[in-house]
Amino acid sequence: MTQAGGSLRVSSKYLAYLVPLGAVGFALLVATIMLLALDASPIEGFRALFRGAFGSTDALIETSLKATPLLFVGVGITIAFRANVINIGGEGQMVAGGLLSTMAALWLPDMSAFIMLPTVLIMGFVGGAIWGFIPGYLKAYFGVNEILSTIMLNVVAVQLMNYLLRQPLIDPAEIERGTRIPQTERLQEGADLPLMFGSDRLHIGPLLAVLAAIAAYILLWRTPLGYRLRAVGQNPDASRYAGIPVKRTITLALTLSGALCGLAGAVLVFGSEGHRMVTDGSTAGFTGSAGFNGIVAALFGGLHPIFTIPASFLFGGLLVGGLSLQRAVQVPSALILALNGLVVIFVVSTDRYRQRLRDQDARRAALQTVESEPAGDRGGGDEP
Amino acid sequence: MSEFFTEAVLIATIASGIRFAVPLLLAGLGEAYGQRSGVLNLGVDGVMLLGAFGGYYTVLKVGNVWIGLLAGLGVGLILGLISAFITVTLKADQGISGIGVFLFGLGMSDLLFQRLVGTPRFIDTFPRIEIPLLGDIPWIGEMLFRQNLVVYLAFLAIPVSMVVINRTTFGMKIRAVGENPEAADSLGVSVAKVRYATMLIGGTLAGVAGAALAIDLGIFQQNITNAQGFIAIALVYFGAWRPLGVMLGALLYGFVNSLVIQWKTLGIITDSWSDFAAMAPAIITILALVVVATRFRAPSALTKPFERGE
Repeated sequence: MTQAGGSLRVSSKYLAYLVPLGAVGFALLVATIMLLALDASPIEGFRALFRGAFGSTDALIETSLKATPLLFVGVGITIAFRANVINIGGEGQMVAGGLLSTMAALWLPDMSAFIMLPTVLIMGFVGGAIWGFIPGYLKAYFGVNEILSTIMLNVVAVQLMNYLLRQPLIDPAEIERGTRIPQTERLQEGADLPLMFGSDRLHIGPLLAVLAAIAAYILLWRTPLGYRLRAVGQNPDASRYAGIPVKRTITLALTLSGALCGLAGAVLVFGSEGHRMVTDGSTAGFTGSAGFNGIVAALFGGLHPIFTIPASFLFGGLLVGGLSLQRAVQVPSALILALNGLVVIFVVSTDRYRQRLRDQDARRAALQTVESEPAGDRGGGDEP
Repeated sequence: MSEFFTEAVLIATIASGIRFAVPLLLAGLGEAYGQRSGVLNLGVDGVMLLGAFGGYYTVLKVGNVWIGLLAGLGVGLILGLISAFITVTLKADQGISGIGVFLFGLGMSDLLFQRLVGTPRFIDTFPRIEIPLLGDIPWIGEMLFRQNLVVYLAFLAIPVSMVVINRTTFGMKIRAVGENPEAADSLGVSVAKVRYATMLIGGTLAGVAGAALAIDLGIFQQNITNAQGFIAIALVYFGAWRPLGVMLGALLYGFVNSLVIQWKTLGIITDSWSDFAAMAPAIITILALVVVATRFRAPSALTKPFERGE
């Protein structure tokens, strides 16, 4: 079967910083042209965007909240990509995590936050893990292309969500009133994400996401498991000869990747203002397309968990600021989504050239140095 | 349930199932060309969305559905060219760059719709064409031969694609480039040119598929394709890279969709069960992916950019 993707590797140190800058420059240029074409003032638009994203405490809070699912997903995507597995199923995995944790909060008796909060987060993790395990297992043991299976599982997840929220999980009050809005009742308070810094909006979600990023960094570069994941990603054949269980590692990579996306889903539910799960019939209605935008953040962060933190913050800011831009110059905030697409294209289009330059660097270095390094463990944790 | 088993309802269900299959069929056929030549284009949904908007907006302004369809074709052609540039010339990772194209199409089509149209307005849809004689055949005539022109053209594209891929020099080049680009290159076939050609075909068909979808519905809305472009990609695997297989997959989705709608209208199933039923083709597709992965072989060079003699 096909080897999907494959060329995403860490870039050489110096170029790694140029690419994000180039991508931003490119996106700004295109945005300027588009704003001019739509008869809107770019300067006014960008000013509104920046203010809306980073210009006040409230803006920073909104940006952090918007960045949270992007960071969880971005870190999950990074783990998969490091093992050379492409996870396009972030959307479905978020939904699965959101659903399972919602069911836990709905059906378990009311408990203190001490027990309930970890429980629902674990259920979110497990829900996403299941949705990641399926394509991981199918890829490892049957050779099913994970791009396609994760896409199809997104389709399954959205139908499952619509069914569950319209039928078994629906708020009984919605049936009584006859409004039948597909949403749960307010979930038990023990599962609410606690608020931080005396804010009435900022919950611990962003903190959890940053912790997840740090944990993923440690996992990938400081544990034998992480070494195996990266080794399989760089060279599955050599890994197999070295005695690494390649199939199990691939399955695990997608499972972990899905689990992090599932956590994003749980955080969306229990950090939402209504403290309930709602569907508008589409995945994006629940995820805000974070399953896709998280890929953008991960690529922008150079597929490195730590650098994905500022990258998520930046893209979260763009999404929040996009709304201000819409108000200021009447250009729909969908502009941001379009620009995200361009950033992805820019980053992967330049990847090949960075790769070539890096190979040259490596060849030169290999000529200069006699001693050899362990094969898979190069280009390690300090580079973005 | 008995209301369903009446002649009129059954015929209507099958007829609309065939119509629903058209966007998937067109986009899937286009994607098949690309994949046979070794390019996995994941941007189909984005191209369909922009094609859908292009088609819708043109019909809204000009009032002619065929010019609308041509607009979708044009949009697809341009995006096919851009996709080819990204994956063939820049040799970007095919999976991820396609997601970029998808996000661009999703955002851009929504942006243009909100900015240029705002409130959705209905447009003309394709007129039905009754084929003389064939259209008079009982049952079959109503199901197959009283459709609109796009339906006929889409199904005509299947045998055409079979001939092009299997029986022409161009098709041989496509297959050679998809299976063994090095060998094709050494025989003087330009890998890049062939892949540009298949990407242009794929983009064009995706654009037409999007326009056909919007004009058939008579409306545009945000994310109107609802992942149909992604399903079309999966259908190429589902159909083991063969046009007829793609058709079977597209018809499966079309029939299930029209069944679900018909049952909902007749009150045979509730809304919630319709979600359950709509899950079926996706699960069947995943199972089919497993079967195909174990029984059939994908084009050897699929997803691999071609690098000359290194």
